[in-house]
Amino acid sequence: MKQSIAKVLTALLVCRAIALAQSHPAVAISNAKIVTVSGPVIAKGTVVVRNGLIEAVGENVPVPADAMLVEGEGLTVYPGLIDGLSTWGQPYTAPAASTTVTAGRGGRGATTTTTTTPPAAAVSTVGPARGPEDRPATTSWLKIADDVTFTDRRIESARSAGFTTAVTFPTRGIFAGQGAIIDLLSDAKPGEMVLVPAAGQYISLSRGGGGGLGGGFPSALMGVISYIRQIYLDAAHYQLVKDAYAKDPRGVERPVYDRALEGVLESKRILLPANRLVEIDRMLRFAAELKQPAILYGGRETFRPEAAALLKKFNTPVLLSMRWPEKPRDADPEDVESLRTLETRDKAASAPMALQSAGVKYALYSDGLDQPRDLQRAVKKAIDAGLSREDAIRALTLSPAEIFGVADRLGSIEKGKIGNLVVTRGDLFDDHTKVEMILVDGRKYVPAPDAAPTGGRGATTDPGVNR
Amino acid sequence: MNKILLPALLVVVHLSAETYVIRNATIMTVAKGTLKGSIVVKDGKISEVGEKVMEPAGAKIIDAAGQYVIPGIIDCHSHIAADGGINEGSVSVSSMVDIKDVINPEDIAIYRALAGGVTTANILHGSANPIGGQTLPLKMRWGKDAQGMIFEGATPGIKFALGENPKRAGNPAGGRGAPPTVPARYPATRMGVEDTIREAFNEAKVYKAEWDAYDASAAKGGHGIPPRKDLKLEPLKEVLEGKRYVHAHCYRADEILMLLRVADEFGFKIRTLQHVLEGYKVAKEIAAHGAGASTFSDWWSYKVEAFDAIPYNAAIMQKKGVIVSLNSDDAELMRHLNSEAGKAMKYGGLSETEALAMVTLNPAKQLGIDNRVGSIEAGKDADLVIYDKFPLSDYAKVQKVLIDGTIYFDRDNEVSGRAAKQAEKQKLIDKEKQNQQRPQQAPTRRQGQ
Repeated sequence: MKQSIAKVLTALLVCRAIALAQSHPAVAISNAKIVTVSGPVIAKGTVVVRNGLIEAVGENVPVPADAMLVEGEGLTVYPGLIDGLSTWGQPYTAPAASTTVTAGRGGRGATTTTTTTPPAAAVSTVGPARGPEDRPATTSWLKIADDVTFTDRRIESARSAGFTTAVTFPTRGIFAGQGAIIDLLSDAKPGEMVLVPAAGQYISLSRGGGGGLGGGFPSALMGVISYIRQIYLDAAHYQLVKDAYAKDPRGVERPVYDRALEGVLESKRILLPANRLVEIDRMLRFAAELKQPAILYGGRETFRPEAAALLKKFNTPVLLSMRWPEKPRDADPEDVESLRTLETRDKAASAPMALQSAGVKYALYSDGLDQPRDLQRAVKKAIDAGLSREDAIRALTLSPAEIFGVADRLGSIEKGKIGNLVVTRGDLFDDHTKVEMILVDGRKYVPAPDAAPTGGRGATTDPGVNR
Repeated sequence: MNKILLPALLVVVHLSAETYVIRNATIMTVAKGTLKGSIVVKDGKISEVGEKVMEPAGAKIIDAAGQYVIPGIIDCHSHIAADGGINEGSVSVSSMVDIKDVINPEDIAIYRALAGGVTTANILHGSANPIGGQTLPLKMRWGKDAQGMIFEGATPGIKFALGENPKRAGNPAGGRGAPPTVPARYPATRMGVEDTIREAFNEAKVYKAEWDAYDASAAKGGHGIPPRKDLKLEPLKEVLEGKRYVHAHCYRADEILMLLRVADEFGFKIRTLQHVLEGYKVAKEIAAHGAGASTFSDWWSYKVEAFDAIPYNAAIMQKKGVIVSLNSDDAELMRHLNSEAGKAMKYGGLSETEALAMVTLNPAKQLGIDNRVGSIEAGKDADLVIYDKFPLSDYAKVQKVLIDGTIYFDRDNEVSGRAAKQAEKQKLIDKEKQNQQRPQQAPTRRQGQ
């Protein structure tokens, strides 16, 4: 008797769980080419997605009776694309996590990072910082997971290009805060979007206090580096003091709560910017000195064999900006560019290929691109520079999932993984390929009509978006 | 093909230094006079110098008939090869920053300095603060990475600055480039500069005592929590311990005396006075403190505190017993320090050797690296410069530069390689133009980005 009651209860619970998910019914795509990424390509097979998860995939998978059937003849199914470093899904128009400045000029005063100015409001200090103790340009405690929203209109445009997931980071200041891995859902509760709430600390080397002399500490690159070093020394010391206090607080001065250090201690990895070879060398050594698991981002000069060799040696992954350097449009025609600058522009898009052959773990990221046409063309440029199509897909699916430690959930079409899929007519990244359907957490979306990457001219521009 | 593409990084691949014999040269050893003879370079070191030498079998011969060899030039004051600014000017004590963190081995100024015979340069933080950042000497090993540039084992330094620069004379209240809302940075007077240095060392003394107490207790097996490591005070503690050299930017006699007295009072040494244009007025006091002086040959009047300079400064200080070097403080001047040294012969009547020492052996002594470099003697690093003519002349051109027995600059290769590099460049320019002429598909631009 008791048993049967329990059974009924369980059944009820299960029903309820299903009912919750059933606003998004099971989907089966059959007779489609399936690019699993983790295994061989299935020439003709079926994928079933239920309750937001991949229920089954294979050549002879039966289509469940209750599933919405998609006739996949002529279609290809890929895992949803992942943007390895993004600002998508954030409520304000964060300036893109751009590290792309005009290539080259290795000399004095060469820019290390971005042109984005951290808005004064985001910087926590009052007045110019007088030293590291004022924790300038630091919001390390911030978790962007607490701020994500589907109202960011870039979500729809990115999804239309096949992206289902983004590792979205706050990008303002030196310690900007922790990023989150989010699914690019629409009409969802923010909490539903978040896959991993703390994906690592975003560090930039942009001058904190307003730049120039007198704008507060730090103003030079070496000041920023020294500040970061001091923070990690302080964090280690803070931990010691806190532990001792927790053991026995009697007669011990209370350690002063420091949210900047708390944020740093909570971060399980750091992201450091590095574009030029010199910067790659510098940041790899710096991360090793700080004893922090690190991911480099930018990677403009990773096409150089020395850079790839270094990354291999330090066994550090790199997120490669897909915003390949271009000749500045308003460049002075009289300007003589250095051989190095020219070479960087010529070779930048061969970086994925170079990293691939060197055996370096890497992923591609949008770096401010969010229009399907631009994203697709950026990937195409790397393919044209020698990257195989399979490797390009991996660099936008399984590789970013591995880099962020979520390959057990994302990045390939395998049973049990999250139901993030892109269904296309034609090969992904081809000029005339059409994205037919996107599944995010098993929810079906179709690309915005004007956003489909048709490859033709005059594809969408909406300057008003995200203002 | 690739080698042309990456001239800077690939051409110079140094596996192990070759054995060389430089023959028939006029050798200005600086330490032991000038002679006509040969130099044997082996394993990166000078193994023999003399009129007759034992030429090792298999050595490569460099025939320097009619040419001159001098020790590699050492610039005691340079700001090249650093990324992202050389001034952390936001605070009056910026000892937490370190040039070592921002070495840029790809700065073309390195190659140009090399082409001017410079083999070692002391890369200094700027002079925006009474106490500036940490510094270090680099060897101009063009083609090596940042770590490969560092002069191994050299004592690191720290920059101090007195006078107009640290008190921010001529700048808006908050400093150059600062918004008007930024308040003025202390100090604004010479008195304030002195006070800032004193305050910093008072702090450093307390810090040092704290660490010394901890180290003593730890040595006895104590298990206390160590004091907080403070990157600002750490280098000042090292100065107090004599482990770090102070290189102090200064001009006026009064401020020079002030600094020497403060240093004496706190029990540390000023290793070099930099610029030190009024050094001739207080040369005796400088010598008594044991400070070196690194000055310009004839560069002055670019600001009020630099008006009372004379070209005899270097020679006068030298005659009063100060170790004097001539520096560049500038990427361009750095390329002809040999003729800067020559000026000391005209103004002050120094001998050839004495003049040349001011850009070789003397800066080596000032930087504490004279056991390794600065003169042509057996056992020293094979940092050598071959000139076609008398090296203190304006007409002399550098032919070859060796560092650690490896040729890092070769005029013939440089000149003959230019056409190929130009062609490579043109090819890339043409390729880019061609691509641009195709129907341009520009990335979609968004407003407000």
